[in-house]
Amino acid sequence: MITFEAVAKRYPSGREALSDLSFTVSAGEMVFLTGHSGAGKSTALKLIALIERPTRGQILVGGQGIAGIRRRGIPGYRRRIGMVFQDHKLLHDRPIWDNVALPLVISGTPRRELDKRVRAALDQVGLLGRETSFPVELSTGEQQRVGIARAVVAKPPILIADEPTGNLDPDLAMEVMRLFKRFNDVGVTVVIASHDLHLIEQFSVRRIALAAGRLVGEAHG
Amino acid sequence: MAEASARGSEARGLGTIAVGWFERHLQTLVASLGRLARAPFGTALTIGVIGIALALPACLELLVTNARALSGGWQSALDLTVYLKPKLADHDAQQLTETIAARPDVASARLVTSTEGLAEFRRWSGLGAALDALKDNPLPASIVVRPRVVEGAGDSTALGGLGDALRVLPGVDQVQLDTEWVRRFTAILDALRRAVLLLALVLGIAVLLVVGNTIRLDIDTRRAEIEVTKLVGGSDGFVRRPFLYGGFWYGLGGGVVAWLLVETLVRALGGPLGRVAAAYGSQFHLSDLDAARSLILLGGGALLGWIGAFASATRHLRAIEPGAEP
Repeated sequence: MITFEAVAKRYPSGREALSDLSFTVSAGEMVFLTGHSGAGKSTALKLIALIERPTRGQILVGGQGIAGIRRRGIPGYRRRIGMVFQDHKLLHDRPIWDNVALPLVISGTPRRELDKRVRAALDQVGLLGRETSFPVELSTGEQQRVGIARAVVAKPPILIADEPTGNLDPDLAMEVMRLFKRFNDVGVTVVIASHDLHLIEQFSVRRIALAAGRLVGEAHG
Repeated sequence: MAEASARGSEARGLGTIAVGWFERHLQTLVASLGRLARAPFGTALTIGVIGIALALPACLELLVTNARALSGGWQSALDLTVYLKPKLADHDAQQLTETIAARPDVASARLVTSTEGLAEFRRWSGLGAALDALKDNPLPASIVVRPRVVEGAGDSTALGGLGDALRVLPGVDQVQLDTEWVRRFTAILDALRRAVLLLALVLGIAVLLVVGNTIRLDIDTRRAEIEVTKLVGGSDGFVRRPFLYGGFWYGLGGGVVAWLLVETLVRALGGPLGRVAAAYGSQFHLSDLDAARSLILLGGGALLGWIGAFASATRHLRAIEPGAEP
């Protein structure tokens, strides 16, 4: 589903975030990208989401090289990828319902379907009934779950998450990770960048370890 | 999954898609209005500036329109005096009068013989005794011609053309056209009308800049939201849409303010000006913006707002891309 072939990324400042990185994530697989901060985990995810472009090498998503996707094609491509961020990136002046509905509104989902699907997504993350709350009224863990509901509401085949548990205490982190596993169980390809080795050891999931932008090991948990 | 949703959207049919499109735009339209209402001070300021910018050319346009109506009123009452050659026989003068009266651009022509002319002059001038001292009647016969006013009252060139045509008729000595000042007045009005156009152009650009700048600030304050929307797959068009409607509302609001300003001005000036006109025995009535002009003012404002927002949003939204270097 996702293939990196000798990918390198050098930022304009000269910092080389990734060097000659190759790995493959199969369809329906769940993978952890591990490594210390600065190892290149976030950069790898940004390349998948076309937030950044690689300097060398190529990336295939769904069997197709994404280098050929032009600016105009990026929105359509991103709709097939659910993204979860460490800082949630919620719209703080909008209620939860609006936040979760955003991807559906963007893709032009008919109005009568919106509510049903938003509530289904909120139900999956255990936040049904909080539609009219605002993000600030929710705990950090709940906000992250809203972020996850937004990522999955449009049923994308791929879910990527950058340090989704970074700001959560261990119990909440565990809960969020289980949520990702549950989406993986129904066939969604999931890639999670995380440095929390203690947490991810509890899942039997393949780990791709990065250090200084290079692949340093793969292990099946 | 993407394929499934593509099939789904095909199955929905064009009608449903059109309804969905309309629904989304309507929703954005209302939402952007709500957003403006939540920042009443800033919105009022922007709308006020646009309103004043639009009211200026509208006022001037109204001034010109009223002045033209006024001059049109004068002109229809204007007669030409055709002085005949002193030695023209009476029956030739009579025939000439009939010829002139038959012209399509002449409403009526009346012969004033030299005797009648003298009697009239005596009555008006109060120089009876002095005139008695004259041996001969010094006045020539004349024809008073009332032009037929075709539509577009205020066109003094047509009147001048009639004068020229009469001047070359045999037996005509000279044609007195008391319209020279009307002609000048109309020329001034024509120049003013052009000034209105130029002013409207310049102030229209000012409105574009005001809206463009306001939209730029709006975009700045909503940067995070725009980034998130782009991250979850919002196209440039989708991200831009609320700003376009924002510009539309700014422009329309400015148009409404301008309309109110102009109408207030007309109400305030109409009474006093009417009394001045009445004192001069005129029926003049200060007219306000008619339906067409009101529509141009409101529609033009909305259009300018839209265009200004489009230019500004297209330019500034491109620059906002999620995720620069971490």
